[in-house]
Amino acid sequence: MADPISLSEICISSASKAWKDDGELLATGIGLIPRIAAGLAKLTCNPDLMMTDGETFLISKPLPMGKRDASADLIEGYMSYSRVFENLWGGHRHAMVTPTQIDSFGQTNISCIGDHENPKVQLLGVRGFPGNFISHKNSIFIPNHSTKTFVEGEVDMVSGMGYNSHHAHAGKPEILSVITNLGVFDFNGPNHQLQLLSLHPGVSADDVCSNTGFDITIKSEAETLLPSDEELVLIREVLDPLGTRKLIFGE
Amino acid sequence: MNKVLTHHEVIDQLSDGMTIGVGGWGARRKPMSLVRAICQSELKDLTIVSYGGPDVGLLCAHKKVKKLIFGFVSLDMIPLDAHFRQARQNGELEVMELDEGMVQWGLRAAAMKLSFLPTRVGFGTDVLKYNPEIKFITSPYADGEEYVAMPALNLDVALLHVNRSDEKGNTQIYGPDPFFDEMFARAANKTYVSSEEVVSTEDLGGKEGAIFNRFERSLVSGVIHAQGGAHPTSCAPSYGFDMEHLKTYSAAAKSFAEYSDQFLNISHEDYIEAVGGETFINNIPLPQF
Repeated sequence: MADPISLSEICISSASKAWKDDGELLATGIGLIPRIAAGLAKLTCNPDLMMTDGETFLISKPLPMGKRDASADLIEGYMSYSRVFENLWGGHRHAMVTPTQIDSFGQTNISCIGDHENPKVQLLGVRGFPGNFISHKNSIFIPNHSTKTFVEGEVDMVSGMGYNSHHAHAGKPEILSVITNLGVFDFNGPNHQLQLLSLHPGVSADDVCSNTGFDITIKSEAETLLPSDEELVLIREVLDPLGTRKLIFGE
Repeated sequence: MNKVLTHHEVIDQLSDGMTIGVGGWGARRKPMSLVRAICQSELKDLTIVSYGGPDVGLLCAHKKVKKLIFGFVSLDMIPLDAHFRQARQNGELEVMELDEGMVQWGLRAAAMKLSFLPTRVGFGTDVLKYNPEIKFITSPYADGEEYVAMPALNLDVALLHVNRSDEKGNTQIYGPDPFFDEMFARAANKTYVSSEEVVSTEDLGGKEGAIFNRFERSLVSGVIHAQGGAHPTSCAPSYGFDMEHLKTYSAAAKSFAEYSDQFLNISHEDYIEAVGGETFINNIPLPQF
């Protein structure tokens, strides 16, 4: 490999592992890194995943980022928005999303910043987060790990439920993997505390703690597993030949 | 039977304070010529139900919206709508912010003439905190589970855009995803449909064409011929969304008068010419995601 391994490639490789035990679930990676990661999962650790073309059709082979000859897509099924709802309410999906805020309970926000009546910054709205987080597995990618994203207290507008939910039947959310520009985490610490599983090269546990607005468990300070040669070839030549991933961290 | 109406004749059927559902999804197959006609009218204090895109933004920019019932407002490739954001950040809107599936559930309840439908969606989130009117119901069966009782979203009017229809209101949507237009039509007292083409029933394509008929004509009160009527949103397979125009539209949040003079205070025919003409619109490539 001529080019050194980049942070975006480390994140993509780490994120792809989130789907490895999912069988035939619908893998939805929303945003650049999650989408490439879902494709990588399908080409490496879990070929059985279902995946869409980003619109209405299920495809057999992950699509490359950027413009492509869509007539070459190998379409295997149909997945309109209506069917996505049916699928997700049944729990047959694992999405990876990028909330604007996340808190110590695993609650997520993509709706607005500030007061809901008169927000300082209006974002998308809660979109499908309430239904997603109560219905199926989710993982999270945060490109800018800081106390503004990992907030103290609670997120401003709880869009996706967290582990502090008291609902007797709906239970707890299932947040699998949390990948950031600093490391790899999950919510399996004591009492569902966020816990550090590995640090990306050059990052210290202190960096993580000072950029997180709440206490976390340090389970391991090991270095994040770097992408294999096979993964690098798939990322660079098959899934993202135009290098759109470089935009995320300005690489 | 002839249900063909002009844009103005549809506006005459609407009144202040109505609850209006707008079909399509984000920047896709929005009945924009009808939305522009509302913007030009004296109508006010509307409650809008939408999987929001520039329909919501334009109506906000014209101060037509008293209350918005929504799950999101997005222009797809441009994630956020500048006009909607401005209206929210200025505290101009009353909102009922819902999960996008709850919006569907509310429309479906209305479509089925039910007062609510049960769901788990909403629990554990601030959707319930900011919508205290949403109540709960306990299963009468052995499980005894408590559900959110998503109330029906009854619409006075639904506005939709389709690819082809006849004068009787037999409509056809050729885009691969029909979104939730059928639910909007069923949830509404009256549905007005703008259409790229209005053809004779003989020209609807027989059995092959009828597969694209997503809801029956008895739901349709009026058909409006509006080629390019979804612009600047997409109308697959005919045209994609006009990215350059959506950028111009977004930039207009800072000084709306100029955009309004150029594109809004004119007839649909003049609008089509102003944005580049029918041929230009029909050549806008479909987006790839």
